[in-house]
Amino acid sequence: MTSKMIMRGMIGFYILLFFGYLFGPLAVMGITAFNTPNYPQAYPFEAFTLDWFVKLWNHRSMMDGLKNSIIIGIGVVAISVPVGLAASIIMSQIYHRARGLYYLVTISPLLTPGVIIGISTVIFWKDVMSVTDLTKGLFYKGIILTILGQASFVSAYCLLIFMARLTRFDRAQEEAALDLGASYPQVFWHILLPYLKPAVVSAVVIGFLSSFENYNTTTFAILADKTLVTVLAGEVRQGTTPALSALAVIIIGISLLGAIGYEIAKRREQTRADRAYRQAQIAERDEVEAIA
Amino acid sequence: MSSRAFVFIIPVIVIAIFWVMAVREAKRRPDPTRKGFFERNGVVLGSVFIALVAFWTLFLVALPYLYMVVESFHPALPPMKRGGPDDVVTIAQYSSFVVNPTIGAVNWLHMSALLFSIIASIAVTALNFAICYPLAYYMAQAGTPQKIRLLMLGLIVPYWVNEILRAFSLRLLLASRGLINQALMGLDITDAPIDFLGNNTGLYVGLSYAYLLVMMFPLYNAIESLDKNQIEAARDLGAPWWRIHRDVVIPYAKPGIASGCTMVFMLSVGSLAAPQFLGGPRTLWFTAVIYDFFFQSFNWPRGAAYAFIMLIVCIALVMAMLRLFKVSLGEAIK
Repeated sequence: MTSKMIMRGMIGFYILLFFGYLFGPLAVMGITAFNTPNYPQAYPFEAFTLDWFVKLWNHRSMMDGLKNSIIIGIGVVAISVPVGLAASIIMSQIYHRARGLYYLVTISPLLTPGVIIGISTVIFWKDVMSVTDLTKGLFYKGIILTILGQASFVSAYCLLIFMARLTRFDRAQEEAALDLGASYPQVFWHILLPYLKPAVVSAVVIGFLSSFENYNTTTFAILADKTLVTVLAGEVRQGTTPALSALAVIIIGISLLGAIGYEIAKRREQTRADRAYRQAQIAERDEVEAIA
Repeated sequence: MSSRAFVFIIPVIVIAIFWVMAVREAKRRPDPTRKGFFERNGVVLGSVFIALVAFWTLFLVALPYLYMVVESFHPALPPMKRGGPDDVVTIAQYSSFVVNPTIGAVNWLHMSALLFSIIASIAVTALNFAICYPLAYYMAQAGTPQKIRLLMLGLIVPYWVNEILRAFSLRLLLASRGLINQALMGLDITDAPIDFLGNNTGLYVGLSYAYLLVMMFPLYNAIESLDKNQIEAARDLGAPWWRIHRDVVIPYAKPGIASGCTMVFMLSVGSLAAPQFLGGPRTLWFTAVIYDFFFQSFNWPRGAAYAFIMLIVCIALVMAMLRLFKVSLGEAIK
């Protein structure tokens, strides 16, 4: 028995260590956001201050970057979610000999280093736009190129999310609808799309987040514009200020709220599902009794 | 522009080949129950699907990659001279990786940068596997559902903070005035601060930290589906704990391990932030070389050539590893 207790203690210690590694650096950074010295330091803690948050708010280029990041995130989601959905449906219907190549092409952005995606996007679109004389117009802009570059791999994420849910789709539902006289487009709008709704939600969230925090592709594709992440990278390269820690504190705060909200929604959904299941069982039992 | 226009023809040819194959097959073995694509989806919806996917696979994936490769076989020219008589097909950008064209000597600097990036990434991959395996195993085999959900949340939340800020937080910790050096000096373990960033400790920690989740989830998914009875059986037959892992769990989880390792390795070689912010002053990561060709010397074709070299070397290495451990590529990138 004691060996089991030692084992359990070791596992506990290991988990503690693991999460210490995960959260430790963030916790230290969090403390520096509220400490007064100019150099972000956690110890000694000189005096509590909120100045760094004010500095952050007044940081012009960071706020501009934030605005661009949000625009890009929305643009990427608007392209990637429909593309991922269409790609997952084509994946299930494509000519079987072409499926291997199709899979390779659609999944390749996930295996290609982000740096390469950024470079190829810029090189390709610069020439395409100069041939079609769009270079001087609205389109040859960092924001547009970044949307295109990021959409190439975010679409692949979305494809995987949709595929995971599609494989569990019960074909009988589709056949039932067809037997009842529905057309194929009707099946798509009224059966398949509602079934895929949770996947759409996760695709939107994951797509936006991965666009928002992307660095490798963005640094190349953004040209003269800036996003929050590229501004941050510039700041970190120049030196260190507790204002960055303050930003991290805000992001961690928002994500914690999001995580808690997600957890609550999940629990609520679970109880609802449990209740529906119980009701179904009761109904079934009544039916069996009625027949008997 | 002719050699570049060639790129646009390749996808057309590939699609045409598959089209002809499909039509011939349909003629040879007619299947009356089979419905055409537009029949199954409706003309409007079907066209929208095809248009979306064609835009993505052609204009966002295939053509840019092919175009980058073609560009890398061209000299670096000012915009005026592009498409002119000087714009010839050349392998100069690739040979410059081996022999430095300005001094005519072997280009050790760039070759060793690539080698260092690869070796360091392999080390990071191994490190992450070692860190993640025990927890993945615990979560998959021993944890209760509530506990697992809590652990999962704990794993995900730190990754909502972006890469740059995570690197920044590690820098605060590891800097010469950072908390770890303060602690070490406070406990009289060292007299002078240890230069964690200069000796690349920061780089390894930063890369490992950045891609911990990428290793964790494939491992967890793979181990989770292992039937607990197999472990019980091995235990009942008297296998010590390390043999259970070596002979039962790891062989079973091999595809997951392969996919985790592949992704961590590829991401790590291609990473830009961690080497930039946590690497020592004398450390040259290969992506930094590429970055400089783009932003310092404005030599895009050479940057493209180097990027292509990096991609090919990495893919070759991953394929060799997968073959060595007898995992198919399809299993690993699922």
